Amino acid sequence: MDLSAINPVLLIASLMVAATPLLLAAIGELIVEKAGVLNLGVEGMMIIGAIAGFAIAVETTSPMMGLLAAMVAGAVLSLLFAFLTQFALANQVASGLALTLFGLGLSALMGQSYVGIKPPAMATLDIPVLSDIPVLGPILFSHDPVLYIGIALTAAVWWFLKKSRGGLILRAVGESHDAAHALGYNVIRVRILAIMFGGACAGLGGAYISLIRVPQWTEGMTAGIGWIALALVVFASWKPWRVLLGAYLFGGINVLQLNLQAAGIAIPVEYLAMSPYLITILVLVIMSADKSGAPASLGRTFHASQ
Amino acid sequence: MIALQKRPTPSRALSLATPLIAVLITMIMGGALFAVLGKNPLEAIRTIFYDPVFGEFAFYYRPQLLVKAAPLVLIAIGLSLGFKAGIWNIGAEGQYIIGAICGAAVGLAFYPTESRLIFPLMILAGALGGWAWGMIPAFLKVRFGTNEILVSLMLVYVADQLLASMSLGLLRNPEGMGFPGSRNFSDFPAASSWINEAAGLHWGMAFAFIAVIFAYVLLNRHILGFNIRLTGEAPRAARFAGVNPTRLILFCLGTSGALAGLAGLFEVTGPSGQINIDFASGYGFTAIIVAFLGRLHPVGILLAALLMALTYVGGDLAQGNLGLPSAAIQVFQGMLLFFLLALDLLTNYRVVLKKKGAA
Repeated sequence: MDLSAINPVLLIASLMVAATPLLLAAIGELIVEKAGVLNLGVEGMMIIGAIAGFAIAVETTSPMMGLLAAMVAGAVLSLLFAFLTQFALANQVASGLALTLFGLGLSALMGQSYVGIKPPAMATLDIPVLSDIPVLGPILFSHDPVLYIGIALTAAVWWFLKKSRGGLILRAVGESHDAAHALGYNVIRVRILAIMFGGACAGLGGAYISLIRVPQWTEGMTAGIGWIALALVVFASWKPWRVLLGAYLFGGINVLQLNLQAAGIAIPVEYLAMSPYLITILVLVIMSADKSGAPASLGRTFHASQ
Repeated sequence: MIALQKRPTPSRALSLATPLIAVLITMIMGGALFAVLGKNPLEAIRTIFYDPVFGEFAFYYRPQLLVKAAPLVLIAIGLSLGFKAGIWNIGAEGQYIIGAICGAAVGLAFYPTESRLIFPLMILAGALGGWAWGMIPAFLKVRFGTNEILVSLMLVYVADQLLASMSLGLLRNPEGMGFPGSRNFSDFPAASSWINEAAGLHWGMAFAFIAVIFAYVLLNRHILGFNIRLTGEAPRAARFAGVNPTRLILFCLGTSGALAGLAGLFEVTGPSGQINIDFASGYGFTAIIVAFLGRLHPVGILLAALLMALTYVGGDLAQGNLGLPSAAIQVFQGMLLFFLLALDLLTNYRVVLKKKGAA
């Protein structure tokens, strides 16, 4: 075993890359849950984003088009969920599961001809002086643009929820849909928009995995990141900045265990590979005591007649 | 303007009809999907739904239907108990894997002893393994209020890694020349779950039938079953009636875990034959669709599992004969759940036409 082979600067830089898909998906789900909707289909929307983004990027040779397509694909798939839960008034847990199962199947079908292909590379930011600073350069100034978008999105969501009128309406819908309805807000419309935003974010997160982080397409490549994103929202007590913190924490654990695998530590690979999931459970246990941040109407079906 | 009116009680007729309508719509949409993939839709649908049961080689495919349906019935029956009470165990796949590992480990420990006691002991170990894996989310939910959906799902990934570790390490066949995977149970008659392999009969089917009867009696004749239904339909009323939610959570997750563990054990000692990296086959997730398609009713689940088994067997057949990708069947199964959930609306609500403006 050679732990000195692990370079802390590279570790932090790759931690940020590993955390970004998680951050994107979780920030999207945060908005969805703040509107009182529990969408368990994050994993399905991510994997659809991953393949849609990959396919379009390969066909157009433009990673940007791929990312855009991934957002559209995620949002379109989330509309299925929106239709089921908001118009057909179906159970949100079951509908979310259906979305994930459907997404996993559809992505495998779409991705058949894309296995083993290399996507066009995404240019990383390269600011002359800044990127060359020792330590800080690689950590802060030489990533791909999406990583910065993720952080900017966190700030934007924080501002939206905390400071804007739209955020206030969204939270009202999530806390008490009956009261929001009585005040004249269109509960269904707010929720559908929130669900679509969540879908677009999850799709972008998925494409980040297939286009930037890996970059390759393999079946089921999201490997539970969508589910960890759901856990992350609970971990963060529905607060945007804590989502960022949690995403970096999980990204760090994942990168660290991969590094330990590479360094040949005495723990078998399989046990290292299960650590992110075990830590997710542990974190859920610790955070579950405090449910004060949960929107009061979370997971409840709204119908104006009731 | 279309408006929805809540029915005083869900329509019984529609509740029985919607799964059939959903299957029909899925067939039509599935046909469209196959057409997009460049296959003749009618031929594909016939290959999947007709040929395995009535076709020329049906004698070969019919036993396979039972083989595929048995684990689905076992798992879905367990899941349905929890789903009825609003307790969401979606990690049956993990419990299935752990049940298989535990049962197989006990059996392999006795290799090559021949005794009638080995198989019952393995069944017990499989059920206990699945039960224990299901009790983790149950205990955490009861003790710390942790969300059972996320915990049970995370445990699937953990079980997956355990499976890999077992097939490469502890349970690897010492005479396997370094290949991953345990000894094959077909070389170990005392630990085989087959009753009659040619007819496709193994003990999993017997247990699946027992589970259906057990669940039917429980839900219709036993106070515990009544409490499960009450908690799902009216949680507040259940609390006033003195239903103990802790007991219910432990019972539902434990039972579904044990049944999934049994399914895993019968699979590993029969159709699959050995513990190996690719043992997990997604039955735990497909069983979720089966449970909903069967309306969470034991008999319905039995029928739904047979239908789902048909899509598996027919899907394989279509893959071989028509080159239909196996993922297309997965999409097909996912679509089925969508249409089912959407059509549920008609069971609980009446669609009425209203003039705009009239409120």
